[in-house]
Amino acid sequence: MQISTSWRSFRMAAWLGWMIESNWTDPFLFAVYSIIKPLSGAAILVIMYGVITKGNYDSNLFPYIYLGNAFYIYVAAVMTGVSWAVVDDREHYKTLKYMYIAPIYIPIYLLGRGIARFITGSIAVFITLAAGILFLNVNVQLAEVNWILFIVSLILGILMLAMLGLLLAGVTLITARHEGFLGEATAGALYIFSGAVFPLSVLPDWLRPIGYWMPTTYWLELMRRSLIGNVANAYPTLASLGNLQILGILLGLSILFGTLSIFVFRICDRIARERGMIDMTTNY
Amino acid sequence: MSKTLAIETQDLGRIYKLRGSKKEMRKELIALQGVNLTVERGELFGLLGPNGAGKTTLIKILTTLLSPTSGWARVAGADIQREPHLARPRINMVSGGESSGYGLLTVRENLWMFSQFYGVPSNEANERIEALLEMVGMKDRIHTKSSDLSTGLRQKMNIIRGFLTDPEVLFLDEPTLGLDVGASRDVRKFIIEWLKADKERTLLLTTHYMVEADELCDRVAIINKGRVLACDTPAALKQKLQKDALFVIDTSPLNGLTPQMVQDQVGVQKVTVTDIEGGARLQVSLVEDAALARVINLFTQKDVQVMNLTKREPTLEDVFVDLVGRSMAEEESHESS
Ligand SMILES: Nc1ncnc2c1ncn2[C@@H]1O[C@H](COP(=O)(O)OP(=O)(O)OP(=O)(O)O)[C@@H](O)[C@H]1O
Ligand SMILES: [Mg+2]
Repeated sequence: MQISTSWRSFRMAAWLGWMIESNWTDPFLFAVYSIIKPLSGAAILVIMYGVITKGNYDSNLFPYIYLGNAFYIYVAAVMTGVSWAVVDDREHYKTLKYMYIAPIYIPIYLLGRGIARFITGSIAVFITLAAGILFLNVNVQLAEVNWILFIVSLILGILMLAMLGLLLAGVTLITARHEGFLGEATAGALYIFSGAVFPLSVLPDWLRPIGYWMPTTYWLELMRRSLIGNVANAYPTLASLGNLQILGILLGLSILFGTLSIFVFRICDRIARERGMIDMTTNY
Repeated sequence: MSKTLAIETQDLGRIYKLRGSKKEMRKELIALQGVNLTVERGELFGLLGPNGAGKTTLIKILTTLLSPTSGWARVAGADIQREPHLARPRINMVSGGESSGYGLLTVRENLWMFSQFYGVPSNEANERIEALLEMVGMKDRIHTKSSDLSTGLRQKMNIIRGFLTDPEVLFLDEPTLGLDVGASRDVRKFIIEWLKADKERTLLLTTHYMVEADELCDRVAIINKGRVLACDTPAALKQKLQKDALFVIDTSPLNGLTPQMVQDQVGVQKVTVTDIEGGARLQVSLVEDAALARVINLFTQKDVQVMNLTKREPTLEDVFVDLVGRSMAEEESHESS
């Protein structure tokens, strides 16, 4: 691998992704969309929580759910940002074959395409968090935030999500139809299995191990704990583990899934070339 | 620059597995079979064949988009299967008849982005973009969003993308497909100029227009049903088909001149006569052009006036018919039925 090739693959992909993502003819609509959408998602959750717990917003449960939901925005954004580029380039712009014959690294190109969604996702996460802190009594004390844990976990988590996106991109490459569906379905499944808004202990025994194998489970827990320490006690699921232990598990699973992604992508890439799927277009 | 061949293939083959829902529907389709080609540096090489002949399949293999199922190929000195990363910086490809590109980017942005993927310095890229757009007469569209371009202009932009990175070997798949007469001429002219500018540049194009292959290409491979049937210069291909010179002569009424009398002249191979309005049409095939003088002389003796005389050259169409037994149009309608 050459650094210069990697860098130009990444840089130009990020540029292209951003041009596409920010291509809103009306910036006002763009702003409204990127604010309203996450806030309405959070609002639905808050109302449902209120109804179920009869308004018990002081419990540790509330920040658990609220923060889990807020950071989950990243999961869908980064993962589909990376994998959707395959569908976009192949089906809509018909450029995937030209990317493939160019002297770039396709996996790095795809990761670069995810940057734009990461940026818009970050805005959504920030707004959701701000709304929670300012109006909903989500008790984040800036002085008590574990910033080092927050930043380290955030970076590691985003990398991990991007690699999961690459895995998805590989599968997308060799999937003829319903490609868009794949990203949404995976994001939806992870929502359930990562303890985003309810603990894993709610799941039936036989499904629970799936959650324990998902790096997102530990990542969401770390994001919550770094902002509000005592949220760790909301559920017993991971309460017995210390921050560093969880970080270690996250690191291990990230490396595991990252390696798996590279491996899977290579196989899918080879299959796509063998079957002639790189310039395939489907008629929806 | 190295003295290697631009393109070299050995027994290249490609079989597509067709997936059907039922077992009986699973079939294999032989898209390419035993293709052996060599293209020298500096050549404009044409692949001529009807729909479904395997032209695009061959280009996809040579540009590393598709794996062959047998044989091997080298492009610009690199084995396309073992070292595709060495081939890619040296090649580029454009498929005609499609409007690819990012509609939300301007013409300049689209082209600039692709040049960056090839590591062309940004300033140089911008200069090249302007020069190329100038050459195809769309410089005034440089800042137009490509979604606002007509299909023809979008295709021209796409063609420029191929030239922009100054490849050693450029592949054009039906570059003039869907372009109007004027635009096609522009593109052909541009192709020739580009090749002239550097003797090492190589271009492979596919077409199913006979005239395009004939006028443009240094050498042509005629391909049908995945096989290369013949490969040579257009002149040599036609030459092989017909060593004799073929003339069509329209005359005034023959005044008792018989076909046999023409036939008896030295050097005349074959004569056919058909009546036309106000006289006769003779198709005369001659061993050599010089025999024509004796035929004309005979006409003068018999007081027969020559109204029109044309030398008919065999076309690549004739070559295709000779090789396949059907015209390319017939071959295409035959395939689709
Ligand atoms: N991905 C694919 N899967 C199965 N069969 C394919 C695939 N791509 C092409 N074929 C078949 O392979 C054969 C050769 O196709 P190819 O596109 O190479 O022909 P072509 O010479 O480019 O024709 P055209 O002039 O129509 O572009 C055709 O019969 C085509 O149907
Ligand atoms: Mg074709």
